[in-house]
Amino acid sequence: MDIIQTLKDLWFDSGFANFASIDGLKNLIMIVVSCGLLYLGIVKKFEPLLLVGIAFGCLLVNVSNFFLDGASSSEALYHPELWDAFLDHDGEFYHSYGHVMANGGILDILYIGVKSGLYPSLIFLGVGAMTDFGPLIANPKSLLLGAAAQLGVFLAFFGGICLGFTGEEAASIGIIGGADGPTAIFLTTRLAPHLLGPIAIAAYSYMALIPMIQPPLMKLLTTKKEREVKMEQNRQVSKTEKIIFPIVVAMFVILLLPSTAPLVGCLMLGNLWRECGVTERLSDTVQNALMNIVTVFLGISVGATTVASRFLSFETLKIVALGLTAFCFSTIGGLLVGKLMYVLTGGKVNPLIGSAGVSAVPMAARVSQIEGQKANPKNFLLMHAMGPNVAGVIGSAIAAGFLLAVFG
Amino acid sequence: MMYSYVSSMLGTTLTDLSIGEAAKTAVFGYMVDFGGIVILMIVLFCTGAFFKSRDAKANARKKEEAQKSAPVAAPTAPVAEAKLAPGSAGHVKLNNVSDKDAAMIMAIVADKMQTPLNELHFISIREVK
Repeated sequence: MDIIQTLKDLWFDSGFANFASIDGLKNLIMIVVSCGLLYLGIVKKFEPLLLVGIAFGCLLVNVSNFFLDGASSSEALYHPELWDAFLDHDGEFYHSYGHVMANGGILDILYIGVKSGLYPSLIFLGVGAMTDFGPLIANPKSLLLGAAAQLGVFLAFFGGICLGFTGEEAASIGIIGGADGPTAIFLTTRLAPHLLGPIAIAAYSYMALIPMIQPPLMKLLTTKKEREVKMEQNRQVSKTEKIIFPIVVAMFVILLLPSTAPLVGCLMLGNLWRECGVTERLSDTVQNALMNIVTVFLGISVGATTVASRFLSFETLKIVALGLTAFCFSTIGGLLVGKLMYVLTGGKVNPLIGSAGVSAVPMAARVSQIEGQKANPKNFLLMHAMGPNVAGVIGSAIAAGFLLAVFG
Repeated sequence: MMYSYVSSMLGTTLTDLSIGEAAKTAVFGYMVDFGGIVILMIVLFCTGAFFKSRDAKANARKKEEAQKSAPVAAPTAPVAEAKLAPGSAGHVKLNNVSDKDAAMIMAIVADKMQTPLNELHFISIREVK
């Protein structure tokens, strides 16, 4: 055995040798980025349940995926070219999951759940089972704040077109402003799957940064007098109303925008299981076991889309900037309608609850509570902010449904 | 269907939007979002009103039945109605407890009982020394 030759072969087979090439250098940068994301998830606790999985998926795909003449190596866990073939209308493997299953790595197989829209819908099932829509039912006016806080979605969509993105890409970028990870993933996989990595990372990072992004805007757009407003308690909501709510919303929203069926249908089914009182086992399963399992698969397979050669581009920077703009304008939209409600009700509505209209449940509602209490220590806005907060989930699903109906 | 409707409205291929067309789509989308939510809000108001009136009728009937079944004894002093707590309606009576402590206690009780705060009625919270 030629030891020197064997050592040479081992070296050239290893990923380290590839770092000398331009593509390998890009992989190295993405490995550093993934370590940064792991730091944010583990140490800074930024949406750790998803960000740690996404970061590790990013790490895995970039230590295993080195491009050889345009195709990923056979050991790669994720093969972007398989998904290109999957989306190629004229190709032999158009929409062929079998081709992906036969030739893909483990992350390709897990990614099928993202591509088919299965994981975001299952996450919504769990979210529905965990959400108490009582504050929204008690105060239906808070739905308006959830709609107003979609302003950023449409402004970022417009910004995306101005920056040269196609309609589908701009729509996928805009939905970051909905502050709803599963909705962003669901829409992006249908309209612009090649942008899934940067959009998912931007969406979850900004959701984690809500306590830093929103307070300055809340202070800028409201007066101290407005922030001090103590709101009256909501009326009591009966059990029957809570049971009827998911049925009515599912029927109404899906009839209005059929493309929202997977998200709104699952959200409301989960909520019905929670409220109907005869399916406690199912409610418990979707809230805990199923939610955790899907989170595992979703995080790692979304992270897998951050292949260096595709992720490291000027477009990613534009997406990050547009995502931040979307978040800020969604907050502004909610606050402005909150101020309008303050004026129209003669000062009975605290405009701070408007910023909770950017779904991000319950983080955005907590920020409203904290800022309200800073202005007036006797202020308890949490339950009032939960109304717009859960309304934001419905609002962003409707926005996604509209964009899907237009561009899908 | 929506695609063709919006296409015809904007008169363009949607994937290749000009800035003006993008602005139109954005405004239209925001209006659709608002419109859908407003209609949903009206539906919720209607169902809410139905349930409120039904509850009011049920309460009135209960009161009537209670009055009918009550013995015609000597009139007694009216018993003060138990006050409801924040989270549902009315005000909780606090004895030597700050608002902040009371809120924490209510949150802990809700958590321990696995019941949403707005389904609990706190009548009073008293500090026990």
